[in-house]
Amino acid sequence: MEQLLNDFLLSKAWYFISARGLTAIVILMSIAAYAVLLERKASAWIQGRVGPNRTNHPLIAWIPFVGTFLQKGGFIQPAADGLKFLFKEDPLPGHVRKTTYILAPIIALAPALLALVMLPFGRLPTGEVITLCPGADIGVLFMFAISSLGVYGIALAGWSANSKYPFLGAVRGSAQLISYELAMGLSVLTVFLATATPDQDNALSLVSMVDAQKGVWNLFYHPVAALVFLICIFAEANRHPFDMPESETDLVGGFHTEYGSFKFGLFFVAEYSHMIIGSSLFIVMFLGGWHFAPGVPTVGDGLIASLFGVAWFFFKLCAFLFFFVWVRWTVPRFRYDQVMRIGWRVLLPVAVLNLIAYFLWYAVKG
Amino acid sequence: MAIKVVERLPLSLAERTYLPQILAGLKVTWDNMVRPAVTLQYPEERPTIPNGYRGVPTLVRDPNGREKCVSCQLCEFVCPPKAIRITPGEIAPTASNAHVEKAPREFDIDMLRCIYCGLCQEVCPEEAIFLQSQYSMTGTNREMMVNNKAKLYELGGTLPDSHYKWDRKKAEAERQAESGH
Repeated sequence: MEQLLNDFLLSKAWYFISARGLTAIVILMSIAAYAVLLERKASAWIQGRVGPNRTNHPLIAWIPFVGTFLQKGGFIQPAADGLKFLFKEDPLPGHVRKTTYILAPIIALAPALLALVMLPFGRLPTGEVITLCPGADIGVLFMFAISSLGVYGIALAGWSANSKYPFLGAVRGSAQLISYELAMGLSVLTVFLATATPDQDNALSLVSMVDAQKGVWNLFYHPVAALVFLICIFAEANRHPFDMPESETDLVGGFHTEYGSFKFGLFFVAEYSHMIIGSSLFIVMFLGGWHFAPGVPTVGDGLIASLFGVAWFFFKLCAFLFFFVWVRWTVPRFRYDQVMRIGWRVLLPVAVLNLIAYFLWYAVKG
Repeated sequence: MAIKVVERLPLSLAERTYLPQILAGLKVTWDNMVRPAVTLQYPEERPTIPNGYRGVPTLVRDPNGREKCVSCQLCEFVCPPKAIRITPGEIAPTASNAHVEKAPREFDIDMLRCIYCGLCQEVCPEEAIFLQSQYSMTGTNREMMVNNKAKLYELGGTLPDSHYKWDRKKAEAERQAESGH
């Protein structure tokens, strides 16, 4: 055993894994931080305000043109927000169950980080896929399984807080996840029904999914599935109009009512990470992944094409995150019973009927 | 009053899916997004204060530079939160405005108490106290929030006068003295 551990620590794999892990954390954390900025800016624009445009550092402000631009765009704000969360006093309320209380934010964030490793976001000229965990052919299963674990963070947070509102938030979060996971899975099934062939051994791979969309995006072949999936990722990420676990107006702060400082920050990042994962999944499955646009060949060839592919992926991701924010500041929150009704009585039947329709279509077509 | 029954039309299929409404809502917010912001960048940009704004109460001088307050203390009596403290004083007989007889020796308005009701301005028989356009009053301790006489005149400045009440009184008295009454 000791020998095995020594071998592992001395082998290259260790550095390899930690480097990739760090990359995942850094990328996800920074996108999440800037998603918060996007949220603040877009909400400001929608409400006729300007948004954060004051934060700056003397050294950056000193740069003639760039400094002003960075300040006006609020680009230093995420750093200030992060530092605020980091340096605030972190009290441990007397009435909480301490172990779970401390564990809950970690459990909320870890699956979000973990799910990202399966995400393919480009292809090298050699044909190798740019991803953090190459060679995995169960991408979509893994991402669904792991990202759904995030709700344990919410449930444990609500339970450990030992007070009413967090508990109600946790119950709502769990119920919502179960309701929407079904419709989500069924809507995705239609897409895999279309792209996978019977004798394919990597049928559930996200890479083959993207490759199948080189010509036409899945969005145009599966509009109903895309719509159901879209609504479900909003619900899965607990975003407006489905932010039942939080719903500030009726549950104070929902599951994180009793949390403060960095623990709250972790929940915050986890929420945005779920947005990022949901958006990435939607892009990979319906919006052609790293392919530019339907019917348009990729710009350039070789390395330039790969770089453009990754850039397109991130562009689509940013656009999708903006869509999340845009919807949040447009649609008011549903009532809890409405959320349940939409999940069970609308989305689930629609997803099932859609699946049956595609079954019949392929059965007739042969 | 006749009862008017509003006909409740059943929702159409499109309305029941709720999607057209969401799209319409997204358009509304998009239109708002491309519209310029309505907010002011406060410390750099200041709002234009409309006439008749009730800001910080101030004492004013008339165009001849005479302080108008005669320390009648009506404002002190009428002030609901008792923010005004006046110590009356005499005007030196040799002064050019000696005919006014009295002026405040000290005039303090405690801005921690002031409720900006404007009753002092309303009650003033000399039109000497005005709530003007200063809306931002800050200080780091309680003493800084009390405006003394010098500060009040500095804030108030000079306002136009249509009466010149005391000059006319003086002229009238002189005329009467000349005609032997």
